[in-house]
Amino acid sequence: MSETRVLLANIDEPGLNTIGVYERLGGYASMRKALLEMSTEQVLHELEESGLRGRGGAGFSMGKKASFIPKGAMDKYLCCNADESEPGTFKDRLLMQKNPHLLVEGCIIGSIAAGANKGFIFIRGEYELQADILDAAVAEAYDKGYLGEGILGSDHTFDLVVHRGQGAYICGEETALLDALEGKRGNPRLKPPFPANQGLYQGPTLINNVETLCNTPIIIEHGADWYRKFGEGNSTGTKLVSVSGNVQRPGNYEIELGISVREIIYGLAGGPPEGRELKCFFPGGSSAPVLTPEHLDLPYTFEAMAGAGSMLGSGAIIVVDETEPLVPLALRLAEFYRHESCGKCVPCREGTNWTVKMLERVDEGEGTPMDLDILEQVQGNIIGNCLCVLGDSMAMPVASMLKHFRGEFEQHMEQARTKRDLAEAAA
Amino acid sequence: MRDEAALHAGPLPPGWDEAVRLDEDPATIPDPASVEVPPQLRAEIERRMAMYPDRHSAVLPALAAAQRLHGWCSPEAILQVAAVMQVTPAYLSSVATFYDMLRTQPIGSHYVYVCTSVSCHLRNSKAVYEAIEAQAGEQGLEDWEIREFECLGACDMAPMASIDGRYVGPIEEGEAGELVSALKEGREPFPGRGLPDPGFRLPWEEGRAAPDRGGPPEEPDVHPAGGTWEDGEMLDVPPVPHPPAKPPPPPRPLSPGTSVAGEKIDPATRDREAEREEEERR
Repeated sequence: MSETRVLLANIDEPGLNTIGVYERLGGYASMRKALLEMSTEQVLHELEESGLRGRGGAGFSMGKKASFIPKGAMDKYLCCNADESEPGTFKDRLLMQKNPHLLVEGCIIGSIAAGANKGFIFIRGEYELQADILDAAVAEAYDKGYLGEGILGSDHTFDLVVHRGQGAYICGEETALLDALEGKRGNPRLKPPFPANQGLYQGPTLINNVETLCNTPIIIEHGADWYRKFGEGNSTGTKLVSVSGNVQRPGNYEIELGISVREIIYGLAGGPPEGRELKCFFPGGSSAPVLTPEHLDLPYTFEAMAGAGSMLGSGAIIVVDETEPLVPLALRLAEFYRHESCGKCVPCREGTNWTVKMLERVDEGEGTPMDLDILEQVQGNIIGNCLCVLGDSMAMPVASMLKHFRGEFEQHMEQARTKRDLAEAAA
Repeated sequence: MRDEAALHAGPLPPGWDEAVRLDEDPATIPDPASVEVPPQLRAEIERRMAMYPDRHSAVLPALAAAQRLHGWCSPEAILQVAAVMQVTPAYLSSVATFYDMLRTQPIGSHYVYVCTSVSCHLRNSKAVYEAIEAQAGEQGLEDWEIREFECLGACDMAPMASIDGRYVGPIEEGEAGELVSALKEGREPFPGRGLPDPGFRLPWEEGRAAPDRGGPPEEPDVHPAGGTWEDGEMLDVPPVPHPPAKPPPPPRPLSPGTSVAGEKIDPATRDREAEREEEERR
């Protein structure tokens, strides 16, 4: 319908994951251009001017982030965050599986912008197929001389390693990723110092999401002005959205930022199954506060989602239809974050645990209306008080469900209590 | 009174309740000459160590390699890795207990991870998981670790499972028996329905026209401001001409307290990048 395919333009080309096909379709031309025809300042300038914002969740300007890396001769690092674990998100999986060389080229351009000489793609361990494909792509790029010492006769040296995680959601947090990459337990670090100053091995480090880096060859090829034509306001470019949950056609769609949420959910993904209405949706992964049908006509941009009290996050839209009870969903969500909490800071470790216990009470009919107040209060005590955003990631959606659907929580509690009482009476 | 059930409800690291052996000295870095390490494992670990500026970075790949060989991160496997990497076994144990894919108990050398996270939950994954687990018990499937797992990043295939890294989905509750018997007989379950299988397509993609294969569009697809998808659907209006490209805004002087990109920062989303920016400016 109205997909705007830029990143996914050639995605269905057979053999795109091999360097021959990728180069035939114009691949690695941007790397040549950035290395041989442009200065580092020009590359940085293009990236900043394009308005490209981080696609992993935070939405910070990618060019700005790269410009924070200190100049001068020292070991600097580039980390590609391919630990795509945010529930609902599967866009990077598609990019890495079908078009790994776009990511390799993006890493090279990112390394030019940051002046990095060593790069790591931290991919989650569950993506075994994608990691194998990336390994092969990196080897092909080395063979061609696109990676290694003095790339294409320039003075830029860049080594790239594919590093596999071993299953921990928290490693998607940038500083936890660095700890995992250094061979430790993946605990987030206290910030500051920020990774741009002291990151991997205490050196300046640029960390970017897969999709962000995949955008850079396109910006270098077509120029920042071309790229800025896509999108709306400060949300420039196209975005991969992963639509899942109660929709007829879940999948990845590439849209221009600024089209309405309704167009994505109903137009592209087919809406909820026949005869059912939408109850709520997560606009940016399971960490984003839920929005309700009244928000469907908002433009899908960083600003509009933030304005509605949620966030665009990783661009994963999870749709919940009217038949789905929310208490078990909130419980499922909280259980996930409880399991994934690293345990380093108290509000998250204890907060996720208590939230699960209280939601269980509500679900099993042991709760009282006061529990909902306490539940709300606990979420308020988590938000903004943790070392990293994992605690908030549970507290924000749970608090938003309580806010929008408190009546349903109370009703669920009453029904569960009646059911339990009847069962007890029968026994 | 201590509530035993409550103690076990939380995410406690394995072995937390085992008594410490006070009669033994803590294990030190093993002597490489006294530990026999399979040559393949040694080569793999040494290859990985050479790839990083700091050899400790190879801990995760090394433990994964040892697990492939031994089936789990057994004390023996950990000792071998420690001998090659010259770190203490305790350090390796601390890492192994943190990561979900590293097994610290001998519960099978293959895995079935059933995703039961939000998107799969909305598509009945809990029932699928329970059916698979019940079938595994009924048919006596051995050497397979079957567990619920965090979001596996395949919500388009929901409900799905990862079988030794092969993503399979969507799986229906009634197919659990077939899945388990295929595993038991050493067959690949559901051929053609795994993500790596050639020609893999999702059921609802079958009838869909192949997307155009052109390069990036010259001009973006334009949506009139304030328009909704219904406008475009119902009215067969000619596309609105794109407004001329805006000239790039002049560089803004930076005033403290605003973000460089000029965007409003919502405290609820806790954009920590803004803090970073402040920090950098100072």
